[in-house]
Amino acid sequence: MDGLIIFAVLLGIGYFFGARAEKQHLLFLQHREQAIKGLVLSTAGAKATVPNAHQAELFVGSVVISSDFFKTFVAGIMNLFGGRITVYESLLERGRREALLRMEETALAWGAERIVNIRIQTAELSGNSGKGVVALEVIAYGTGVR
Amino acid sequence: MTVQPRSSASTIILTNIETVPGKTITQQLGLVQGSSVRAKHLGRDIAAGLKNIVGGELKGYTELLQEAREEATSRMVKDAQKRGANAIVNVRFATSSLTQGAAELFAYGTAVRVE
Repeated sequence: MDGLIIFAVLLGIGYFFGARAEKQHLLFLQHREQAIKGLVLSTAGAKATVPNAHQAELFVGSVVISSDFFKTFVAGIMNLFGGRITVYESLLERGRREALLRMEETALAWGAERIVNIRIQTAELSGNSGKGVVALEVIAYGTGVR
Repeated sequence: MTVQPRSSASTIILTNIETVPGKTITQQLGLVQGSSVRAKHLGRDIAAGLKNIVGGELKGYTELLQEAREEATSRMVKDAQKRGANAIVNVRFATSSLTQGAAELFAYGTAVRVE
C-alpha cells in the first residue's frame, strides 16, 4: 500500500512538474529561435566549396536530457501496444532544438553568417541496464563561416 | 564549445567540411583522433536519479560530457600538431555509452596543412 502511494505521488510530481517544465522550455526555445533568425543553416557544404567565406570554425552544442517519471511510466505502457511513443517524441524534439540553439548561439557570438554541414546525433547514456535514469545526449555540430 | 582552451600559440582551425574556407589545402597529413572516457561520480548520479522524476536537462551530465568532448578534441589537436598540421578538416564526433556509469567521447578528423 505504501509503495502504491509513493508511486502515485511520484507520478503526480512527474506529471505536474514535467508538463510545466516542458511548456516553459518550449516557450523559451521559441523565443530564442526568434532571436537567431538571421543565421542561415545548412546541412550541405561538405563537398561543395563554400562561397564568400573567409574564416571558418567548428561549433558544437550539446545537451543531456532526461524523461520525467510520468513519461517513463506512460512510455512503458505505450511500449506494450507499440506504435508512436508520443511522450518521447516531444522530449527528443526539445533536446534537438536545445542542442541546435546552443550551437547557433555560440556561432552567432563568434560572428558567423552561416553554418554549413550541420550534423545532429543522439546517444543514449544510461547503458543497457534497463533500470535507473533515462538519459539521452543530443549533440549538434557544424562549421560556422564568416 | 569553441575549443578555445588550447594553448594560445596554437591556431589550429577545425571544420567539419572538406575544405577550409578562405584557404587552400597544400598537404594531407592523415587521420588524427582523440578520445576521452568519463564516468559520472556518485553524487551526480544520485542527483540525476532525482532529476529523473521531474525530467528536463541533466546539467551535471551536460557539463561532464562537454568537458570530455573538449578533452577529446584537444587530444586530437595535439596529435595534429605533432604532425605539423595547422588545420583539421572533416571533424566527426561520436559518443558511446560503455556501461551505465561511463561514456566515451571520441573525435576524429583529417589533419592538413593550409595556406
